[in-house]
Amino acid sequence: MNQTHELITELADKHGRRRENLLPILQGVVEKENYLSDYSMIEIARALDIPAAEVYGTATFYSFLEYKPMGEFVIRICKTITCSMKGKNQILLTIKDMLKIGVGETTPDKKFSLLETNCLGWCHKAPAMLINNEMFTELSPERVREILSEFMKRPAQ
Amino acid sequence: MSKTLNITINGVVYEVEPGSTILEAARKAGIIIPTLCYHKDLCVAGNCRVCVVEIVGQARLAASCATPCQENMEILTNTLKVRNSRKHILELLLSEHNADCTKCYKNGNCELQKLAAEYKIMSQDLIDLVPFKAYTVDRYSPSIIKDDSRCVRCQRCVRTCAELQGVNALTVAHKGDKMKITTFFENSMNEVVCTNCGQCVNHCPTGALIEKNYIEEVWTAIADPEKHVVVQTAPAVRVGLGEELGFEPGTRVTGKMVAALKNLGFDAVLDTDFTADLTIMEEGTELLTRLKKILVDKDEKVKLPMATSCSPGWIKYIEHMYPEYLDLLSTCKSPQQMFGALVKTYYAKARNIDPSTIVSVSIMPCTAKKFEATRPEMHDSGYRDVDYVLTTREMAIMIKQAGIDFMKLPEKKYDRLMGESTGAGVIFGATGGVMEAALRTVYEIVTGREVPFENIDITPVRGLDGVREASIKIEKPLEIWSFLDGVELKCAIAHGLVNAKKVMESIKNHTSDYHFIEFMACPGGCLGGGGQPIPTNPEIREKRTKAIYAEDAGMPIRKSHLNPEVIKIYKDFLGQPNGEMSHKLLHTKYTPRNRY
Amino acid sequence: MSTTYNLKRADFIFRNENDWEKILNRTLQRDKQELINELISSELKGRGGAGFPTGLKWKLTSEAPADQKYVICNADEGEPGTFKDREILSMVPFKVLSAMAICGYIVGASKGYIYLRGEYRFLKTDLEKAIAEFDYYCKEIKFDFHIEIFMGSGAYICGEETALFESMEGKRGEPRNKPPFPSFVGYMGKPTVINNVETLAHTYTIFKHGAKKFYDLGVQFSRGTKLFSVSGDTPKPGIYELELGMSLQDFVDEFGDGDTKAVQVGGASGFLVPRKRFGETAIGFKGKLTGISLPTGGSMMLFNSSRSMFKVLDNYLEFFREESCGQCTPCRVGCQQLLIGIKAVKQGIKPASYLDNLLKLTETMQLTAKCGLGQSVANSFSSIVENFREEMIY
Repeated sequence: MNQTHELITELADKHGRRRENLLPILQGVVEKENYLSDYSMIEIARALDIPAAEVYGTATFYSFLEYKPMGEFVIRICKTITCSMKGKNQILLTIKDMLKIGVGETTPDKKFSLLETNCLGWCHKAPAMLINNEMFTELSPERVREILSEFMKRPAQ
Repeated sequence: MSKTLNITINGVVYEVEPGSTILEAARKAGIIIPTLCYHKDLCVAGNCRVCVVEIVGQARLAASCATPCQENMEILTNTLKVRNSRKHILELLLSEHNADCTKCYKNGNCELQKLAAEYKIMSQDLIDLVPFKAYTVDRYSPSIIKDDSRCVRCQRCVRTCAELQGVNALTVAHKGDKMKITTFFENSMNEVVCTNCGQCVNHCPTGALIEKNYIEEVWTAIADPEKHVVVQTAPAVRVGLGEELGFEPGTRVTGKMVAALKNLGFDAVLDTDFTADLTIMEEGTELLTRLKKILVDKDEKVKLPMATSCSPGWIKYIEHMYPEYLDLLSTCKSPQQMFGALVKTYYAKARNIDPSTIVSVSIMPCTAKKFEATRPEMHDSGYRDVDYVLTTREMAIMIKQAGIDFMKLPEKKYDRLMGESTGAGVIFGATGGVMEAALRTVYEIVTGREVPFENIDITPVRGLDGVREASIKIEKPLEIWSFLDGVELKCAIAHGLVNAKKVMESIKNHTSDYHFIEFMACPGGCLGGGGQPIPTNPEIREKRTKAIYAEDAGMPIRKSHLNPEVIKIYKDFLGQPNGEMSHKLLHTKYTPRNRY
Repeated sequence: MSTTYNLKRADFIFRNENDWEKILNRTLQRDKQELINELISSELKGRGGAGFPTGLKWKLTSEAPADQKYVICNADEGEPGTFKDREILSMVPFKVLSAMAICGYIVGASKGYIYLRGEYRFLKTDLEKAIAEFDYYCKEIKFDFHIEIFMGSGAYICGEETALFESMEGKRGEPRNKPPFPSFVGYMGKPTVINNVETLAHTYTIFKHGAKKFYDLGVQFSRGTKLFSVSGDTPKPGIYELELGMSLQDFVDEFGDGDTKAVQVGGASGFLVPRKRFGETAIGFKGKLTGISLPTGGSMMLFNSSRSMFKVLDNYLEFFREESCGQCTPCRVGCQQLLIGIKAVKQGIKPASYLDNLLKLTETMQLTAKCGLGQSVANSFSSIVENFREEMIY
């Protein structure tokens, strides 16, 4: 709990404590803790002196500001038309098969979460996916297995 | 001097003030454009799109509430395009709405229903979306029920809770088809900082936010021959009730109201104004005691300013937001709760009734009072002091259900023992009223003279400005109050929680030095409360205010300390103001709560 | 008027002669009014999709009285099928930064922001390096203009200018009422120029080569070049800079796979053009040539005959249903009704004639929605349903 409080104080010191600084602070918390708990939202509300309901209302607007617990690596598969045409479903099946989770779920070891997202801006190299901030394009089931295996080898934070 | 603009609406030229919106210009011209998300009390949203009109030269329709007039603008409010669009918008709203009106509490007073009737939405071609949504109904709060299936997402409640009250318990969350109005982390209303003030209920156009009603419970109690059901009525109810029963806003219906309650079958019809007078005695004495402790005894533990404590919405607000300042509050209970404690002790004894058979009901302009009655400390009589709280609206429903022709009722008087009141008691219903009543009594106690205002109408504390200030200089006081000689008693009045915040911040920053502050949670004071007839707007509240002061001017006794029943209760039962009996029954304590 | 232009390639945007310092310095010496006139005479229109005349926008903002003004680069590229802004910011960021600075000079703003969509987070580090270098140069030439990056967090609607301001102000990205327009009331209530990344890159071209060079390319009402993001059933996916005014037939001849059934011009907010109309459609603003104007950022998605137009429309409506801010009735409920409606027709729950009800609904959405998102759903909906009606039913 204290870690969160310190993190938020640090972020507020860095970005500022006005309403217009809310989004960078929310992003900062999601980056470190993978999601925004009710505790962290209350601390942010306290730091910026804004109502907690406003923090919640603003955070839930943005797809990348998760408010439910997420794994360390959030996989976002593009489901917009071009990626959809170019084989996103096979990619999704491969991931589901490898990680044994469905869309919107997190692996029990809390390492991976699987989500679908909208156009990532790589349509000429579809299908594409984001894992946290890393971009992977021109995917095939084999490539996806390679990528995920590599991630599984990465040490936990 | 700013020039007026010339615009044309439906072919007729009008001169309008620069900066007016099309809607404002049309209303002045007597042209009705339907609205849903627009409300006079709130900032413009422009999201429902019901008020769209055609502007010649523009391909798209414009929202009249959000579009400013421009020179030579040509506006058409009733073309085929406009009507068809409005109809479509209503059909869209109805398709995601639980349109089972017969089962809705707001049946008959719903803005969506009115518009659907006006536009004759007789069939629904679009697909019903309600089965695809996981709508919830939140009944956990003792005051307010939130039914998401009736929400049109106009955001009036969010704007009210934010701008008018500064509480921000409600917010808009998510986006797209998942967009909804909810609380922090979608908790139930009783788990968040909601103060129960009910302003959201007053401003909601549909049945999405309603008060929790206890009508059936009260009918059952009345029908029970073993129960002695006593009812008390708040000051603001008598100037609001008429609106629900066919009268113009601002009509005083006191006599008819009492007659109606007797007709409904209550065993005793008594008046909260009586305990309002009692509150003045207790609170006035408390103020003077504090002043003495500070000025004479130099007691550091006693704090000023003293804040009134009769508004439960305000109490919950300060408990959440400024818990470190709880010792500023007067320890007096609200008139409702004082009444409740006394009815099961003093009244029961005097009438020789077993208090366990008494059901104490109150009619309030307030939804927060429903919460107040459930507070754990409100059991000083040995039983729950107030069993059921009904709003003005609920009372009107009961009157209609009983088949009473309200307009034809004769004027009746309150019952005795706790039914007599003064003008000072009735003005509790308006913002500034508690202050005025208190000053009328305190000044006379201290100086032996009436307040130095014509007709004892203390006009500086009256009015509808958010924060008002007034001061009275104490000169030539009586001997025992000599320590107050020359003291300028500085008072402040705030109504609407957003103004309460302003005053609290000035106290926190030491930029003010008041002695006594009246805080009311609702705009206008209780007469604009969360339980009063819907709709509400500044004009209606002003009319109700005039009615309250007219009622005061017409009363034979206008000072609390001269109320014969008040004098009697001290003589026979309580002893002295702030005495031991008073402290047991009429004073309370507060609970610090989380800010978030 | 027939369209006889073949595809004309150009290479202004991505050709990097590393001369930004020279161009910036030179332009900052020129008279502000003269620069505005140059921009206006180039007839450059916004390349993000709305197509507002850039010169006029800068002129209005420069004339708005205020103590503080802003220049914002809209890099919230989210329209399906568009990926050119990402490339510009990776390859030639200094052109964009210089353009922002020149805009700041002209309108009187000393602060600039780049609103970068959350999905492009991986660009941030390199972009910050470029900004640091840029900042250093500005200090050297004693020009007061500072640029900062503001990250988005996954909301397509924040590409709408007023929704972008709301997002930067720490609120939900809900579009505001217009008027007032950003040139008068923008970020933090101050006059703001907000331009798409590509638009700014084009202004750089204009200030470097002069308005005439730009004006001479393209056709009437659609001067200059545009970046096209080409994807889908094509052997040549990628980004191409082409002169405006080309015929869609020429485009398909160049980029199609030989079996092109339809082209989605302008992303999900744009129009689907069926094969039989390729010849009579030209790509540009103001469709006097054609009937089709280019409402968004140059996204061109090609579909061959193996593709189901129903699935395409379903995909778009799913997109809009999720990405709508949810504020206004026609868009929030309309998008849901359209999606559920086409599914019901396909499943036979509703008769084929229900499609006409839905078309009427999109007309209402077009007339009454609060912002461009709700207003543009009608484009793809009507063009797909009208041209491929059978695919919606069977």
